[in-house]
Amino acid sequence: MEIGSEKEKMGFEETELRLGLPGNGGSTEGEVARKRGFSETEATTMDLKLKLSSKDAGMDLNEKAKTLKKEKNLLTADTAKHHAKAQVVGWPPVRSFRKNMLAVQKGSSEESDNKASGNIAAFVKVSMDGAPYLRKVDLKTYQSYKELSVALGKMFSSFTIVPNNLIWFFNIETGNCGSQGMKDFMNESKLMDVLNSSDYVPTYEDKVGDWMLVGDVPWEMFVDSCNRLRIMKGKEAIGLAPRAMEKCMRNRS
Amino acid sequence: MNYFPDEVLEHVFDFLTSHRDRNAVSLVCSLWYRVERFSRQRVFIGNCYAISPEKLITRFPGLKSLTLKGKPHFADFNLVPYDWGGYVQPWIEALAKSRIGLEELRLKRMVVSDDSLELLSRSFANFKTLVLVSCEGFTTDGLAAIAANCRFLRELDLQENEIDDHSGHWLSCFPDSCTSLTSLNFACLKGEINLASLERLVARSPNLRSLRLNRAVPLETLQKILMRAPLLVDLGTGSYVHDPDSETYNKLKTTILKCKSIRNLSGFLEVAPRCLPAIFPICLNLTSLNLSYAAGIHGSELIKLIRHCAKLQRLWILDCIGDKGLEVVASTCNELQELRVFPSDPFGVGHDAVTENGLVAISIGCPKLHSLLYFCQQMTNAALITVARNCPNFIRFRLCILDPTRPDPVTMKPLDDGFGAIVQSCKLLRRLSLSGLLTDQVFLYIGMYAEQLEMLSVAFAGDSDKGMLYVLNGCKKLRKLEIRDCPFGNMALLSDVGKYETMRSLWMSSCEVTLWGCKTLAKVMPRLNVEIINEHDQMEICAEDGQRVEKMYLYRTLVGPRKDAPEFVWNL
Repeated sequence: MEIGSEKEKMGFEETELRLGLPGNGGSTEGEVARKRGFSETEATTMDLKLKLSSKDAGMDLNEKAKTLKKEKNLLTADTAKHHAKAQVVGWPPVRSFRKNMLAVQKGSSEESDNKASGNIAAFVKVSMDGAPYLRKVDLKTYQSYKELSVALGKMFSSFTIVPNNLIWFFNIETGNCGSQGMKDFMNESKLMDVLNSSDYVPTYEDKVGDWMLVGDVPWEMFVDSCNRLRIMKGKEAIGLAPRAMEKCMRNRS
Repeated sequence: MNYFPDEVLEHVFDFLTSHRDRNAVSLVCSLWYRVERFSRQRVFIGNCYAISPEKLITRFPGLKSLTLKGKPHFADFNLVPYDWGGYVQPWIEALAKSRIGLEELRLKRMVVSDDSLELLSRSFANFKTLVLVSCEGFTTDGLAAIAANCRFLRELDLQENEIDDHSGHWLSCFPDSCTSLTSLNFACLKGEINLASLERLVARSPNLRSLRLNRAVPLETLQKILMRAPLLVDLGTGSYVHDPDSETYNKLKTTILKCKSIRNLSGFLEVAPRCLPAIFPICLNLTSLNLSYAAGIHGSELIKLIRHCAKLQRLWILDCIGDKGLEVVASTCNELQELRVFPSDPFGVGHDAVTENGLVAISIGCPKLHSLLYFCQQMTNAALITVARNCPNFIRFRLCILDPTRPDPVTMKPLDDGFGAIVQSCKLLRRLSLSGLLTDQVFLYIGMYAEQLEMLSVAFAGDSDKGMLYVLNGCKKLRKLEIRDCPFGNMALLSDVGKYETMRSLWMSSCEVTLWGCKTLAKVMPRLNVEIINEHDQMEICAEDGQRVEKMYLYRTLVGPRKDAPEFVWNL
């Protein structure tokens, strides 16, 4: 029963033509079998099958599910690297030199990803319209939009053009996903007010050179893609949030 | 033409640069054969076991430039055991003993020892060029010998070799008097490099036009080198990592502006994407860009970089570029002739991989495309038919679907018709690699239409011997055929034994061919070496004729079975 339902969840890969043993879940990696099959993978899947059926007798449902999950995990692509037997020798046809280089690069990049603040700081320039000089912040030292906004507020509080106008931004609880923040916008139609007033709006330039409204994407994505920050006057920011504007219009009418 | 003095003939032959033309000329008559052989300076030997060094030296006493290839192509993918063969030592020994004034040596998939390199460096006073591709067996000590002893060295080009790195001191072995370098490529070295030596070497090499650094060369050094070599045409960066606000980076930006000749760019083995803008000014003039090892550039940074490269003719990239990225390539790089898309995750199912959509976009935007290597998640017949129509000029078409027997995901049919369209439309096709779910039908198409096909690579395809027969009968110009995991057996192997003398080699592994079939072929064709590679003990103990052969490699040769075959290689 479990086997069948696992199969249904598998999706597209299951409809592939294959002459492997029936009832095995898992990825296409270890599963593909031509008329002759891969002797290594046949051995592996046979072993698993036999193990499963002998365990069937004395197992309860939970254990069965666990074993199936293990079987599925063994055959999924993620762990394929750790189980050489489930792979086809020499496929995909990539030179060993290249494979090794990429593996090394992957290893070192994973290492740096695991470090808390990353290898290289993410210093970006911050400008505020009307302020006499620019500032720099290291985005990696903040964990959320809220922290950033507090820091920015402090940074520019010395100017008379006050960040009080940024309060709407400070109030956004974006959490893990930007959509929450946008909901606040739309519900209060604050965006329209802000954009029509002389209030300030934080924007940023992303890697491709586009100017975006701060707050739409998850924090980590923002840190990775932000090249510089600009706190601009509301009126100038109108072009940056056309979709949000449309939605506001629709809500109002 | 027979009434001209030899010198005139020789002068005319000088204009023939291709090996094939010169080979053809030598077959016309004995006079032409004689004139041609004495004037021949460049020789290409596609299989080092097809001929002996002694015969080479006897026929071409004026030899200056030699290219040798060793192991079969599938050795690249771990299908050939380590010490199968392909040693360059006997060649260098024989050449050293003779009076040949060797100046250039180019090797591919050969085993090169430090002793060989030492002997090479001491034996030829005018030695100028050493190019090693996918070779192994040597260390940086061998490189030190080359550096120290080849007084007029111009090119040292190491591509994707497995080199044991003992230390970076080999660079210091270039004497101060060595000022002739035009090309230096050590990108594949894994170890440290003496940076000061490198800088001094570049400073005293005014003719340096090609320089590819390894990972150990930092950005600071790159900047200093570029200051000394603003005429570089081909640059491979080492580690390209720095703080974009630093003075070093700013210096680099200024220095690069002076390097107006750079047309080939590669490297970025380590990269800080925010430092990429420094190279934008040179992107405008690039004709060749190799980012296939630049795993650190992806997403929008990659696309931004590509948008600057409107004149690209050759692009090597990782599949993390995605279909969307390929659309940008298609709209930006209209002069593109060669595209290679490598898998960024060769061990797993690439979640970033490209699909048929990317390829179709390329075919629309890049009508001059003639060489393709494409690793992808999936492919459809419709896409291949569209590509065939948009790009009829393919010379090389190599498609690799990561799941090797995947059908057309839309129709669930085999990809026979798609590849059929390719061979029918691309009348100049010389090289083809197939993948995906394929029946005998695709081979029928290939046999019918691929008249210029010289090299075919097949894996997990076909239903019966007919598949292989279609190809052997139809492709008159076939030179190399390599097959793995296909249901082709003795009937196909033995149907036209004479065919193999018109080809360089045939590889068959995990097929249905048996020991009897191989023995029979070997008996009938004495000018073929039929080698069986046995890695399992079973064969040694009870080698029954009816047993399937795991790996067979056969090639035409004028010198009989080789004497350096290891124990596990049987020459039948």
